[in-house]
Order: sequence, then C-alpha cells, then structure tokens
Amino acid sequence: MAGSSRRIPAGAHYGLRDWLIQRITALILIAFVIVLAASLIAVGHLDYEAWASIFAPVPMKLVTVLAVMATCYHAWIGVRDIWMDYVKPLGIRLTLHVCTILWLLYCLVWSVQILGSV
Amino acid sequence: MRYRLPVAGIASILHRVSGLLMFLGLPLVLWLFEQSLSSERSFGQFVQFARAPLARLVLLGLAWALLHHLCMGVRFLLLDAHLGVEREAARRSSWVVLAVSLSLTALFAAVLFWGN
Repeated sequence: MAGSSRRIPAGAHYGLRDWLIQRITALILIAFVIVLAASLIAVGHLDYEAWASIFAPVPMKLVTVLAVMATCYHAWIGVRDIWMDYVKPLGIRLTLHVCTILWLLYCLVWSVQILGSV
Repeated sequence: MRYRLPVAGIASILHRVSGLLMFLGLPLVLWLFEQSLSSERSFGQFVQFARAPLARLVLLGLAWALLHHLCMGVRFLLLDAHLGVEREAARRSSWVVLAVSLSLTALFAAVLFWGN
C-alpha cells in the first residue's frame, strides 16, 4: 500500500465496503449452494418434472433471484479487481468496467425471465 | 537451496482464475439453465447437449472452478475469523482446498459420465 498521501485517481474509499459486500454475497451463495444441493437430494432422481418442481415454488424463485443478484455483485467486485490489476490504460479499463456492469445486469434480467417461465 | 512450493499462493491464483472462468461461463450456464427449465422438450435437448464430449469437458471445467472457488472462499472466510492464520495451518488448509475441490470434481465427473 502506498499510504494515504498517494491516492489512485479512480478513488479509494470503496475498499472496506466492497470487502464486506464480497463476504456477505459469498455467504449468501454458500447458503444457496446448500439449499440447491439439498433440493436435488430431496427429489432424488432428475427428470424435467423433478427439476422444474425445484424452481416452481415462489419462495425458491425469490431465493434464486437473490442468489443471482449476489452472484452479479460478487462477480462485479472480483472482475473489476482483475481489470484494475492488469489493465492499466484508463480508457480501456473504464470501458471494460461499463461493459461488465451492463453484461451482469443483462444476466440478472435474463435469469428473472427464465424463472418467470417455470 | 530447496524450493518450497508456495501452495497458498497457487491456491490464491487459482481462486482468481476460477472466478474469471465462471464469469466467462455465465452465459453458457444461463443458457443451459433456460434450456433445462423452459419445457420438457428443451430439457431433452439440454441432456443431449450435456452428452457431447466438448460440452462435458467445459462443464467439468466449470464444476472445478465452482468447487475450488467455493472451498477457497470458505478458507478465506475462516481466515477472516482468525481461524488457521498460523503459517503451517494456512499452508495445510491450502492443500486441503486443492484436494477437496479436485476430489469433488472427480465425483462430479463420475456422475456426469456414468450417471444414468
């Protein structure tokens, strides 16, 4: 760390907040993996009826959307860190940031649409 | 001088690599999710797709990415809680992460190739 006297132009106040969000979203995703694994074990076999029955109840739809939101936020922070570490030209980096956000938002909307069709 | 494998460093790099792999695999996973859920017919196509050798390889890669990222994530959360921060313990837990995620990936491979 360079110390507080040298600031990166992109700003540096989101560090602790993102650190916390990364952990909260991670906990949500661990919980979701457990719920999904338990659901799969509960239905036993895997055909269309059984698979669709997991995502048909409204509570599971809400939990799944929450997990997708957590995934998107978690992925945003992780991927942004990768861009910041390896892509130095500011213009390209900011373009990648914007593309990443738009893409993740698209994925979120898409998954809501998928769940709506069950 | 004997070179000591910095296993914690390797496991950390793989945490980043696996995260990026999943980010890149997100459209495929969502597409498969859509295929598997939208109708009985598309579910059949999903199963058909998952039988193709290349698809299996990609699914196996994504499964490893998820499992490694998950195990390593749990390790990081435990370190945050000041569990296993000593040098030897941290080294050992990195080995555990690599071993557990690879074993679970092998289990997933067994289900993928020989299940049903």
